[in-house]
Formats: sequence, C-alpha cells, structure tokens
Amino acid sequence: MIVELGHFALVLAFAVALIQSVVPLIGAHRRWGAWMAVAEPAATTQLLLIGFSFAALTYAFVTSDFSLRLVVQNSHTLKPLIYKISGVWGNHEGSLLLWVLILALYGACVAWFGGNLPPTLRARVLAVQGMIGVAFLAFLLFTSNPFLRLAVPPMNGQDLNPLLQDPGLAFHPPFLYLGYVGLSMAFSFAVAALIEGRVDAAWGRWVRPWTLAAWIFLTIGIALGSWWAYYELGWGGFWFWDPVENASFMPWLIAAALLHSAIVVEKREALKSWTILLAILAFGFVLIGTFIVRSGIITSVHAFANDPERGKFILMILGLFMGGALTLYALRASAMEAKGVFAPVSRESALVANNLLLAVSAFVVFVGTVWPLVAELVFDRKLSVGPPFFNMAFTPFVVALAVLLPLGSVLPWKRGDLSRAAQPLAGVLVLSMALGALAWTLQTQRSILGPVGLVLAAWVVLGALADLWQRAGRGPLASRLGRLTRLPRSDWGKVTSHIGFGVTVFAVAAVTAWKTEDIRVVQIGETYPLGPYSVLLADVREVPGPNYMATQAELVLQRGGQEVATLRPEKRMYPVARMPTTEAGIDHSLLRDVYLVIGDEQAAGGWAVRSYIEPFVNFIWIGCFLMAIGGGLSLSDRRFRVAAGARRAAPGAVAAE
Amino acid sequence: MIRAGLLALALLAAVPAGAVQPDEVLSDPVLESRARELSKGLRCLVCRNESIDESHADLARDLRLLLRERLVAGDSDDEAMTFIVDRYGEYVLLTPTTGGSNLILWIAGPAMLGAGGLIAALYLRRRGRGDGPGAEALTEDESRRLDEILDR
Repeated sequence: MIVELGHFALVLAFAVALIQSVVPLIGAHRRWGAWMAVAEPAATTQLLLIGFSFAALTYAFVTSDFSLRLVVQNSHTLKPLIYKISGVWGNHEGSLLLWVLILALYGACVAWFGGNLPPTLRARVLAVQGMIGVAFLAFLLFTSNPFLRLAVPPMNGQDLNPLLQDPGLAFHPPFLYLGYVGLSMAFSFAVAALIEGRVDAAWGRWVRPWTLAAWIFLTIGIALGSWWAYYELGWGGFWFWDPVENASFMPWLIAAALLHSAIVVEKREALKSWTILLAILAFGFVLIGTFIVRSGIITSVHAFANDPERGKFILMILGLFMGGALTLYALRASAMEAKGVFAPVSRESALVANNLLLAVSAFVVFVGTVWPLVAELVFDRKLSVGPPFFNMAFTPFVVALAVLLPLGSVLPWKRGDLSRAAQPLAGVLVLSMALGALAWTLQTQRSILGPVGLVLAAWVVLGALADLWQRAGRGPLASRLGRLTRLPRSDWGKVTSHIGFGVTVFAVAAVTAWKTEDIRVVQIGETYPLGPYSVLLADVREVPGPNYMATQAELVLQRGGQEVATLRPEKRMYPVARMPTTEAGIDHSLLRDVYLVIGDEQAAGGWAVRSYIEPFVNFIWIGCFLMAIGGGLSLSDRRFRVAAGARRAAPGAVAAE
Repeated sequence: MIRAGLLALALLAAVPAGAVQPDEVLSDPVLESRARELSKGLRCLVCRNESIDESHADLARDLRLLLRERLVAGDSDDEAMTFIVDRYGEYVLLTPTTGGSNLILWIAGPAMLGAGGLIAALYLRRRGRGDGPGAEALTEDESRRLDEILDR
C-alpha cells in the first residue's frame, strides 16, 4: 500500500512540476503577481511529494519487500541495515529518484530563501527548475519506474553489488548528486536572466552561492569516490580517468571556472555573457555525464544500468535543454554589455586566464572521453583513450594553473603592476625552488615529477599564505593579526581552497613519483623486507561475514624489530551476487600509507602478497577537503548572509502558501 | 559493445583476484620495469577500461606473459608493442596513436587553447581601451532606478 502511495505521489509531483514550469513563466511575462506566486507553493509541494515517494521506496528496501522488482534486484535479507538503505540509490531507478528529490530540494530552497530576488526573476528561476523536474520525472516514470511490482515475489533478493556495500560508496552518490543537481540552479538562474534580458552585479551575487554549494558537494563526492577506489579496488590507485569519473570531473572543472567568473560579474560587471554561457555549459556537462553513465554507450568500469532506450531519452533531454538554452543565449547574449573597464594586467585578466585554462582542460577531458565513440561512428576505428593520454593532455593545464594562481590572486582589480604585485612573492618563489632542489637531491634515480610537484605546490600554498599576510596590512604584529581575524570570510575561503589545491597537486605528484611496490610469494611464518619495514605473514584463515566468506591474512608490519601495526587484508566472496572483492589492509599515517593485499594461494605453497608504500597519499583527500572547507567559508561570507537577512524583512511572498 | 561489456563482467566475476602475479615477474629487474611500464599502456580487452597491469582477468595475464616473452626474446619496446597491436588491433592501446583521424584528438586541446587565448586577448584589449557601447552610460532602466533611490 505504501509503495502504491509512493508511486502515486511521484505521478502527482510530475503534474505539480508541469504547473510550476508553465504558470509562473506566463505570470512573469504578463506581470501577473498571483500567477507568479504559484511557483513557491508548487516547489514546496513538489518536494513533499517526491520526499514521500522516496521514503516509500526506502521503506520497501528496509522491510525487504520482495514484491518490488527493484528490491529483489538490489537487496537481500542478510544485508546490514545501512546497505539496505544505501541500496535505495545503489541502482539506476533509485538513484534517479534521489536525483529528482535533490532537484526538488534545491527548487524549494529558492522558494524559501529567495525572498530577496526580484519577483519576476524568482518566478522564472522556479519555472526553469520546474521544467528540469518535468523532464527527469518523465524519464523516471516512463523508462525507469522504481515502483514496479512482481506478480510472483521470490523468497529472497539477489543482493546489492558487493563493491557498493561499503561506507565510502554509500555516501558517494548523494554528494555527487547534490553537486550535479546544484548546477541545475546555476542553469536556471542563467536561463531566467536571459529571459529577463538583464545580468548585473546582483545576479552574480545570487548565482554564486548556489554554484559554490554545488561545487563543494561535487568536490566531496569526487574525493569520496576516489578514496573508495583507493582502498577498495586493491592496487592503490586513486584516479583512473574512467568515463564515469570524467563525467563527474568535467562539471567540477566548469563549476570551478564559473565560481571565479561569477566574482568578476559581481565585483566588476564584466564577463557577463561568458558567465551565462559557463552556467549553461556546466549543466550541459552534467547532462552529458548522466548520458554517459546511464546509457552505457562508452565502456567503463562502472557497471551501472546500461540501457540504450534510456540513453535516447537522456539525449533528448540534453538536446532540448542545451538547444533551448543556447538558442536563447544566441538571441540575448549581445544585450549584455560589460561595464567594468580594466587593464590587461589586473585581477580580471588573471581570472580570464583561470577560466580559459579550466574550460579548455574540461574540453580536453570531454574530447578524450567521447573520442572512442566518435572514432568508431565516424572513422570506423575501434580504439581506446586511456589514462596515459589524459595524464599527458591534462597535466599541462594543472601546471599552468598552479603557476598563474599566486600571481593572479595578488594582482589588484582594474589595473595592476606586475612587478610591484609580485614583490611579496619573490621570497615564496625562492623558498619553493629550494624545497624542490632539496627533494631532487634526496631522491635517487627517479622521475622529475616529484620535485616539480613539490615546487608547484609550495608556490601555490606559500603564495596563498603570503597573499593573506599582505592583506593584513602594515604595522606591528599584533595589529596585523587583529586585522587578519577581521578579514571577510570569503578571503579566508579563497586562501583555504587555494592551499587545498596546492596540497592535492603535491600529493598526486608525490604518490605517483615515489610509490614503492612489491609483489611476491610469501610462506606462512616468512618475513620479507618492504622499504624501511619488514612484514611477517603470520596466518591466513577463513572468516565468515554476514553475507560473504572471507579469506583473511594476518600480516605484521615491523620496523627495526618493533611492531608498527597488524594488518588483516581480506579476499571476500559474496555467494548471492557471486562476486569476489578485495579488502586491502592499510596502515594509515599522515606521511605514508602501507597498503597490503592478499592474493591467491600458490600451487607450490605460500600466498601471493602485494605490498605498496604510498607516500603522502592521504594529502590528496586532505587537499580536497580543504578545498571544500574553503568553499564553505566563502559561502558563509557576510555578503550572502546579509542577503538572507533581507528575506526576513519581506515576508509577503511566504504568505501565499 | 554493450554485450561485450556484460560478457566481460561475467568473466571478471569468475576469475579470482590478483593483477600481476608473483610467478609472472621477470628475474631481470630492468626488463621487468620495462614490462610494467608497457603494460600500463595496454588495455585488458575483456575488461571495462582497465590496463593489463591492473586487471585480474585471465586474458590480461596472457597478454602480460606474451609481452614479457617478447621482451626476453630481445624485442625493443616499440617492437614488442607493434607485435601486440598487430595481433589485437589498435583497441589494445590506451595511448591512442597520433596517426590519421587521431590527429584531431591530439590537436583539439592545444587548438582550443589557442583559439580561446586569442578571443580572450582581443576581449582584454577592448576592455582595456574601455570602448564598446555601455561602458559607462546608464541604461534607461538604471536611470529610472537611480531616480527612485534618490527619490527624485
């Protein structure tokens, strides 16, 4: 019964979304206040209906209702409760339901907190948001209905893909979707502004928090995914340039560009039409990513819902929204004149360079991702584009970004003097070079990558700190420190995010250059050397889990005769899903991870053991979280909170509910 | 392609875990490190976007052994790769060649950067001169809003 109600609520939400996408738009065009005011209650109702529908599906999963096809395919009574819940979005249909839920949530947030927006803009934003809702609800209801019943329910389910039964992956999709769908807000604001025919500093200020929120969630989502891949896939890699990873990375790059260009719109009223275009493209890349992931048209390691029919539907959504938005853009973009005047050497120009590099790097990733498809369809060549290509083609952009970043962030707005602005950075440059030279002399016979990464990272991190110190002004230390605490939070956010970027760059270079690997056959009771450590294989035994069988090894990590840690890597077999997984044994520490994997028993006796020392690997994710925290600091800046306060002064709009 | 993918998944499920096995490792460390480098650029044909260096599949193991055989036999890196590409096709290469239509793939990034850079440079020059309509003047709407604010 609850399941049917959930299904019914979803259909109702579709109807509400239809109303939300039409009525306020007409109202805004004709200046009919009552019609415009429909948008807010519609957005709230849509959220409540989809929320109920989602709760109904979760209920079916938690109670293991095997009359539901989706539950049979993705659950099992023996599965731990947390994975019964995460199983709701561990499949195509359920994840789409989560997608539309988050879409409705963002829409409702505009309705609740958008009191300071001009009424016509708010109505139009909500209408566009409603249209996206209509498209995805139709997709859900007509091609991927999660509420289909089975005539003959089986006794038990087929279990969730074991790879997904992991805390890291349980929370990876919700964050990614919060990010993806958040970019739909930037899109809605862009299209609404195009319909209005007006983009000004205020628009820049309104669109920035939404983009920032989306970017923060994307950063966390991507970091979680990469962290999961690192500890779960069993060879210590953290990024594979897989099409599905790229699908999340492209919107991230474009969103990062959009964040920076929205600042120029807000502060200087320039780059307006470019910012609008970026906002449209960011969501375009989200749709392209969705298409890649859900259609299965490009082979990827993510075994996820491959159905050409669904692919066609998403391609239609993509064509409709991008076609519509870009046509509107072509018609209206010329009306958006820039106001600010600035010299070629200025903060504005630096941000233009940032945008150019980020956008082109996203384009490179895009071309590499779709090239196998294009080559097959157009040139009849069956080929692969793999990690070596992306590493070669993408890295130069990161290097260029890192080189320019500290310079750009100290340049003043409007007109700058490069030599004067760069003065405080001279010390930073010397120090970074010295660090690089130190790393170069310490390492023997290895690639240049490590030292270069260190120089770049030190340049970015120390540059950000020097920038912050500059902002503290002159005078005695106490007054400088005092001024630091009174700096706007967006300044702290900027510095934190940039430091995070530098940290991640360093960690990626370090782990790529300085990783140690060892593969060998080890007898039980045997000790083998691993870098400065020695490892003893103490035991291998069978251990039963709740819904799997594990072969667990006990490895004792020692250094100079002292035990450092006892690690228990496992090989698991999930009998219901008939899939093996590996659980690496990892000794985490800040400066290095020791990563041990147990392989097969050898015919001649002993076990295959793979060991890695991964230097600085945790800094990859520390850097990502610093970026996200920086985004959060920036989001809490006073100028956005003041805007939120203005809403409370004008309660008229809420009364319509 | 999709059916191949599903088949690959089924195959994957059947094989036990473990990429490079200890018995594959060559005794000559120089040859072995060459083999490892080359394997990172070769695709496991039955997998979903994995190199043979990372893959657990039996076919990846066969390819790894074949590659090492060629290297032990005295092939140069290029010769060994050509040997494998001749038998398995271009699809096996994770780094696409620069020949023929692939030129588009390799040129796309730099070309876009050049074009974008040019547009950006022109834009910056125009902004720097401060010409172009609307640089300073208020629109009609804005003057009206200004009047409202100033209560004129």
